[in-house]
Amino acid sequence: MLEKALRGGKVYYAWLALLLAVIAAGVLAWLYQLRHGLGVTGMTRDVSWGLYIAQFTFMVGVAASAVMVAVPYYFHNHKVFKPVVILGEFLAVSAVVVCMLFIFVDLGQPARVLNVLLHPSPHSVMFWDMCVLAGYLLLNITIGWTMLSAEKKGVSPPRWAHGLSIAAIPWAVSIHTVTAFLYAGLPGRHYWLSAIMAARFLASAFAAGPALLILICLLLRRRAGLRLEDGAVTSLAKVVAYAMAANVFFFLLEVFTATYSGVPAHAESLSYLFFGLEGLHALTPFMWAAAFLAFAGLTLLITPRWRRSLTLLPWGLAAVFLACWLDKGVGLVLAGFVPSPFGEVHDYSPTGIEILILLGVYAIGALVLTALYKVVIAVRHEEA
Amino acid sequence: MSGKKISRRRFLGLGGAILAGTALLPAFGAALLPPGGGGQSVRYGMVVDWRRLTAEDIARMSRACHEGHNVPAVTEPGHEVKWLWGESFDRVFPEWEAPYAEDPRALSLPVLCNHCESPPCCRVCPTEATFKRADGVVMMDYHRCIGCRFCMAACPYGARSFNFTDPRRYLDEIRGDYPTRALGVVEKCDFCEERLRLGLEPLCAEASGGAVVFGDLADPDSAPRRLLAANFSLRRKAELGTGPNVHYLWRGVEADA
Repeated sequence: MLEKALRGGKVYYAWLALLLAVIAAGVLAWLYQLRHGLGVTGMTRDVSWGLYIAQFTFMVGVAASAVMVAVPYYFHNHKVFKPVVILGEFLAVSAVVVCMLFIFVDLGQPARVLNVLLHPSPHSVMFWDMCVLAGYLLLNITIGWTMLSAEKKGVSPPRWAHGLSIAAIPWAVSIHTVTAFLYAGLPGRHYWLSAIMAARFLASAFAAGPALLILICLLLRRRAGLRLEDGAVTSLAKVVAYAMAANVFFFLLEVFTATYSGVPAHAESLSYLFFGLEGLHALTPFMWAAAFLAFAGLTLLITPRWRRSLTLLPWGLAAVFLACWLDKGVGLVLAGFVPSPFGEVHDYSPTGIEILILLGVYAIGALVLTALYKVVIAVRHEEA
Repeated sequence: MSGKKISRRRFLGLGGAILAGTALLPAFGAALLPPGGGGQSVRYGMVVDWRRLTAEDIARMSRACHEGHNVPAVTEPGHEVKWLWGESFDRVFPEWEAPYAEDPRALSLPVLCNHCESPPCCRVCPTEATFKRADGVVMMDYHRCIGCRFCMAACPYGARSFNFTDPRRYLDEIRGDYPTRALGVVEKCDFCEERLRLGLEPLCAEASGGAVVFGDLADPDSAPRRLLAANFSLRRKAELGTGPNVHYLWRGVEADA
């Protein structure tokens, strides 16, 4: 079936060429980083994780969000989601690929990455994260491909694939829970040391992931002839609205505890994010933008008339997606390092090399996604 | 012999399961053992009588440590590699606010790895590249470290440094009796384990003029334990439960009052 990804129109080839060019630039930038070390990024001994790990964290959420289509379809027999289930699984596949690449480009000694397997360390959350992510990738590629093959042959998928689909649901929850535990179990990093972290991660994931999925589906419906009912779109938009409301609520819980208790360790990271500390405020514009987008997006998605309007809905979804990205893909990881163990404030800003590598990784994800979606659409056009 | 014959499929299945089990055993076996192994006879630790140390004393200790361990003198801001260095009191003990003290910034203390009882860095390391020895020393295996910097996020003391640049470029003179590090690995103080093996005290203690007392904290008669028994002392961020083995003596404060 994969050969179908090689045939397309002019726009398709142009898109592929663009992605390949961005990937090439990213690979060159990564080779430069490999040679000169992570000193070519904006990371320091004080802010020792930057945009790479932040993107990893955010994309684990996008990967986990495939369940928001699977749960209504498998558990509530929500038939209208049928054409979206495979798309959700393939989005998860490319998101996990992106996650793994972000971990890889963040390593100081990438050639030693297999030490994680050679010296398995169950006391390290990173070890478990690797296990659940690898398992999730395998699950989704197997389920997605099997279901698509069945669709191509016009038969119903084998029973074991159904079993795997059910297994993938708690598995998806596990990948984001374990990713939250990377942060929530560290003493001395008070912005992360919070029991609500995993719940917050899941809520923002279930908002941002399906929002992205709907946006891609709408684009494919218009440009590539993807068959999809409006009902599927508005019903998934409801999921986004609920999840985003929960996400904002969880965040406000953190704000309450920090501000009402007045305990400096709890409040400092949040003050840094929204107002800056000691004259440093690299992240404040991003966080205020996130706050504005979150409320604008929620307003658009909660109001039934606006949610059902196919002209307004994409704006609401884009606003929610961007808000989640700014909160988790920028603010959360960086602010965890402020203040430093010595109570100092350090801003971080990525370098050009870092941005090129970041774009290259996302382009690889987009290439995987494009190829998989192309196959899905080609198979469906063929059978019709 | 009622034919309980094992089919080839079942044989292969069982064989595979046993093979997988043996592969996973070392991973989970390690988790069941107490960290650092059993039978603790020695627990190395340090007492810092910091009121006796001037900024120059600390600079001398830092130099001795860094020269002795080929620690590169990286100058680029944010990329410095440090094993032992001086910090002002308000940074070392941010929770001990002293707003009306004359100038808490003027007081300087040496800081280094605390060789914690329950080290978060070892807990989070995905490759056992950093681990705690039975004698309490928290070690680094520079050949195993993948440079993920999870330990740096986990350390509440900022005691770990990452080689953002090639460290060998910053070494004027390379000491042959201690290894240099490669680009992209984390490093930190190792309590001079190469000297402990020879029965010598750490370089910083030697250079401190007696203000830093090193020894076995498990032995009630050791020099550091006697100091701790007779004086009030502080440990950095003890509320986090990491159990630092570097103690800061609070001697002579009454005399100043």
